[in-house]
Amino acid sequence: MTAVLSRPGRSGGARRRAGRLRGLWDASPLTYITLIAALALSIFPIYWMIIVATRGNEVVGAVPPPMTPGGNFGDNVGRLFDNPDAYFAKGLVNSAIVSSCVTVSTVFFASLAGFAFAKLRFRGKNALLLVIIATMMIPVQMGIIPLYMIMVELGWQNRLQAVIVPFLVTGFGVFMMRQYADQAVPDELIEAARVDGCTTFGLYWRVVLPALRPAAGVLGLFTFMQTWNEFMWPLAVLNPENPTVQLSINNLANAYFKDYTLMFAGTTLAILPLLIVFILFGRQIIGGIMEGAIKA
Amino acid sequence: MSVDVRPASSGRNRAGRAQRSAPPGAPRRGWRTRLARLDMRASPYLFISPFYIVFLIFGAFPLVFTVWVSLHDWELASGLREFTGLQNYRELLGDEAFWRSVVNTIGIFFMSTVPQLLLALWVANLLNRRLRASTFYRIGMVAPMVTSTAAVAIVFAQLFARDYGMVNWLLGQVGVDPIDWQASRGWSWVAISAMVDWRWTGYNALIYLAAMQAIPKDLYEAAAIDGASRVRQFWQITVPMLRPTILFTVIISTIGGLQLFTEPVLFGSGRMDGGPVHQYQTVAMYMFDNAFRSDAYGYGAAIAWMLFLMIIVFSLLNFLFVRRAGGAR
Repeated sequence: MTAVLSRPGRSGGARRRAGRLRGLWDASPLTYITLIAALALSIFPIYWMIIVATRGNEVVGAVPPPMTPGGNFGDNVGRLFDNPDAYFAKGLVNSAIVSSCVTVSTVFFASLAGFAFAKLRFRGKNALLLVIIATMMIPVQMGIIPLYMIMVELGWQNRLQAVIVPFLVTGFGVFMMRQYADQAVPDELIEAARVDGCTTFGLYWRVVLPALRPAAGVLGLFTFMQTWNEFMWPLAVLNPENPTVQLSINNLANAYFKDYTLMFAGTTLAILPLLIVFILFGRQIIGGIMEGAIKA
Repeated sequence: MSVDVRPASSGRNRAGRAQRSAPPGAPRRGWRTRLARLDMRASPYLFISPFYIVFLIFGAFPLVFTVWVSLHDWELASGLREFTGLQNYRELLGDEAFWRSVVNTIGIFFMSTVPQLLLALWVANLLNRRLRASTFYRIGMVAPMVTSTAAVAIVFAQLFARDYGMVNWLLGQVGVDPIDWQASRGWSWVAISAMVDWRWTGYNALIYLAAMQAIPKDLYEAAAIDGASRVRQFWQITVPMLRPTILFTVIISTIGGLQLFTEPVLFGSGRMDGGPVHQYQTVAMYMFDNAFRSDAYGYGAAIAWMLFLMIIVFSLLNFLFVRRAGGAR
């Protein structure tokens, strides 16, 4: 986690040794062929989704299946927004609101707490940190039934705060930010700011948060993707008329007649924000996974 | 004068000294120091408290309260709430539908996890070679992970459709009769496992790759000089060195796999029953169906709690198994 964005290059010695035994690490043509096949398998379902979403329902039974996108995406999206059962526009807006709120809040609270754990002294720190690590292993989703009862008590069923408030900050986020802050923020910097009369929050806001930006970015990306994808809890607490985009898709899938073009146009739109995020920040996401920052 | 001679209390004395050393605007400064001290003392707790508050209310409490709910006949629509002790659990043990969902969950879990992790190991091993455009492959491999689960499940349900599904069409090309992926237990498990594998193989491969890059290259050089083949190097150096990482991925997959919900739900067009004879209904679906569709929250809570125990037991078993397997080497 320490170096999400900048990995130190291999030392000169290692490079020299790698050169000596080059044959050992060279990729054979077979390696490339296998990797390209794996890559094709990874991409194909997404590509197929786009093909169906941009053509008509006649594609589905066609032999052989067409392999290029068509030009009907606009029409299909129009039909999608007109569909009375999907509440698709509402789903998109709701998902955008929910994911943004959860992302901003998680990054803020997680970095605040991570900073406290990494750089401040207080009694009970180690025990409290252990609690956080322990919560990361607990499948909290299994408490979904009482969680629903809480929402009933609060009168939050079918309201967006029900899918926002329980996820305002995660133990995983706090731990990740602690690990990063521990090494990214030099103690001297904090001492200096203190001497200058900075309050603790001022310290966080002016000194620590800017230094945490790379890790905060990865946490934000990941939180956004996860929240956007959430399915079981929104299904439990929201009505089909006030859905997140995942529930809108589910509304379409529930229909008796399978209008694949409509469904695939929906799934394409539901994935689009994630794909854009991925294309823009793919490298950072890869870095995050490889540094252990992104948890399934 | 007499006041000065009298021995002052120690507290006063200290205060007096502090005041003497303080520059002019002293009273304001004292107020400030106190505030600063409060800031130093309280801020850390203030900063970490949001997590604990959120977790206590929306994480820990519901989890524990699940046990309490499971000891009741609890309905929300009718307001029924009757303490029945362990009755729900007794019923659950004799409930055929519950056990079927347990078998389904474990079956799909094995069919998805084992090939997934083996494939991931293999792919990671390939990615660990000196490659041109290595970032390109890595990004392509994790693309499935950033798609939405519900959306992908819908696409896969179509690919695995009995009529006009592409998988059956491809199988037809090599002379295999169309398979009714929805109808049979085994085939529906295969289709659902394929979704899970597709989504997570690349992610696990990257985790393995990161660990592989940390293995000292000298080990391989020494083995190569001793004449060990690549395959042998893989099994005798790479895999043992990856043991902690493998354990991590196995446990993460266990926690996720046993809670499997979205994929089978959308494979069945959003229904909770998992097909006409519940052939792919998972425990999470059965829990959801009882609680949120049939208003049997007490029974649902009992299922949730059993699933929770199942996850813990499986994680421990995995832990022991991976440690054992490594130790035997």
